[in-house]
Amino acid sequence: MMKRPSFAIYGILAAFVLGSAFPFYWSFLVASRDNSVLTGDFTLVPGGNFWTNASRVFDTVPFWKALGNSFIVSGTVTFSVVLLSTLAGFAFAKLKFRGRGVLFLFVVATLAVPTQLGIIPLYMAMAEFGWAGELEAVIVPNLVTAFGVFWMRQYLVDAIPDELVEAARMDGCSLWRAFWHVALPAARPAAAMLGVFTFMQSWNDFLWPLVVLNADNPTLQVALEKLQSGYYVDYSLVLAGTTLATVPVLIVFLVLGRQIVAGVMQGAVKG
Amino acid sequence: MTATLSKVDRGPAQEAGPRPPRRYRLSNLDAKVSPYLFVAPFFVLFGAIGLFPLLYTAYVSLFDWEVGADEPLFIGLENYRTLFEDDQFWNALFNTFSIFLLSSVPQIIVAVVIAALLNANLRARTGWRMGVLLPYVASLVALTIIFGSLFGPQYGLVNDVLGLFGISPIDWQASTFGSHVAIASMVNWRWTGYNALIILAAMQAIPRDVYEAALVDGASALRRFFSITLPMLKPTLIFVIVTSTIGGLQIFTEPKLFEPAGGSGGGSEHQYQTVVLYLYQSAFQGLDLGYASAIAWVLFLVVIGVAVLNFFLTRRAVR
Repeated sequence: MMKRPSFAIYGILAAFVLGSAFPFYWSFLVASRDNSVLTGDFTLVPGGNFWTNASRVFDTVPFWKALGNSFIVSGTVTFSVVLLSTLAGFAFAKLKFRGRGVLFLFVVATLAVPTQLGIIPLYMAMAEFGWAGELEAVIVPNLVTAFGVFWMRQYLVDAIPDELVEAARMDGCSLWRAFWHVALPAARPAAAMLGVFTFMQSWNDFLWPLVVLNADNPTLQVALEKLQSGYYVDYSLVLAGTTLATVPVLIVFLVLGRQIVAGVMQGAVKG
Repeated sequence: MTATLSKVDRGPAQEAGPRPPRRYRLSNLDAKVSPYLFVAPFFVLFGAIGLFPLLYTAYVSLFDWEVGADEPLFIGLENYRTLFEDDQFWNALFNTFSIFLLSSVPQIIVAVVIAALLNANLRARTGWRMGVLLPYVASLVALTIIFGSLFGPQYGLVNDVLGLFGISPIDWQASTFGSHVAIASMVNWRWTGYNALIILAAMQAIPRDVYEAALVDGASALRRFFSITLPMLKPTLIFVIVTSTIGGLQIFTEPKLFEPAGGSGGGSEHQYQTVVLYLYQSAFQGLDLGYASAIAWVLFLVVIGVAVLNFFLTRRAVR
């Protein structure tokens, strides 16, 4: 049995975690008071102004619309990425076909390609399609990721025994049905993690939504930017906005934190 | 799982007798074609929304291509010539690398330390791991706005705290180095815990008996760390460094939003304007798509180049 670590280790970790949590708390603190907390009367005790400031947020930007948009965009993107990655990942992991090695090598090679740098032609295309300002413009360019395919393939290689696919084939099961009834159930844990990561990434995406969306139909991140970009910055207003925008992800983190931790650590070993 | 299997099994039992040949042919066709159909959606979409725009960027960069102008004018490599003589570009490249180094180097060192601490036999293990990962879920925009207030030159908390130690206030937005430190601290805050968990996972994959052998040989804890742990972490450290390079060189949100009400971002004297921010400003504020494409393409080559360089350097250094 390993011995329990000393208090010093707990102390350092506790300081690190407190530091990690502090900016969140600071955001709430300023949002719950007024700007005086910044100008001298320093305190760590929250005040009672949060809802006043929050309602000012709702008056300044279309917050609820932005929240809904973010859910629509991230939900659609997540669904597509998970489904198409599982499909391709299954083929790469368990089916034999000519060119499989080369094609998978291509997937691995593109993992490192900064596709974000292609925004100028994407912007031209969106203008051409008349999608500028519409949610399609932020959904369609994110429907697949090379990472997703790579991740699902790595998982499915070990998760499904080859005999299982063989057996399904022998029984006259089409590959599509084998995917649906064998691969998809087996892929569930990895697909769930891919889903969480994709959702968070899409939720936090900023550069591209800032380019194609406008203030009337924003995602949450774009709405936050509009909140901050006035001539004069009213911090209790802006930080009420960041607090409101952070609450959903914090809830997700509290519910799924254990899985997210496992996902990050598993990704490291698999990758 | 069992339920789905039995459902699959029931299929052929219902059809008595030998299968018709047509069915074999169909099944053969299925085996030949289906795999391609399964991977096709990814390749088609990735080609259309990932690779094609990237390649088309190179094409656009050869034109004088303005938003709203009638006809793009082919000018060959003129955009690149201008770019290499553009002080703002070199400045942005310098800022990007400066912020990148200020964020990645301390970050990886601290992440290894935190990982080593988390690797101790802690009580409430998962709780500590979640605590460390907390910043990872924060939205970058919210985070930048919050840090912008913490690093405010007049009423920022950071300056207040420094004041307690008798350090005079620093103008985190106006000074080049100060703004780089502030922006790097946002990056560090967000990613250190995440990388610590990745490194922790790799530490736990190191076989115990290696340590036991070293213990028998009387190696000290420090010695064990430097002679066993660090070398065994090599592949993971390379992974972490390469990923943070790819992300770090494309940093945008932090410099864009660091200064509240800061106009287009990047600082009044471009003191923290990064390459992607310059790209954004050239394309969507300057409306010069050709020039912005040249910036994008040069940055693309820089990212790939640095990632490859990193890979070889770290493979040698971390032995």
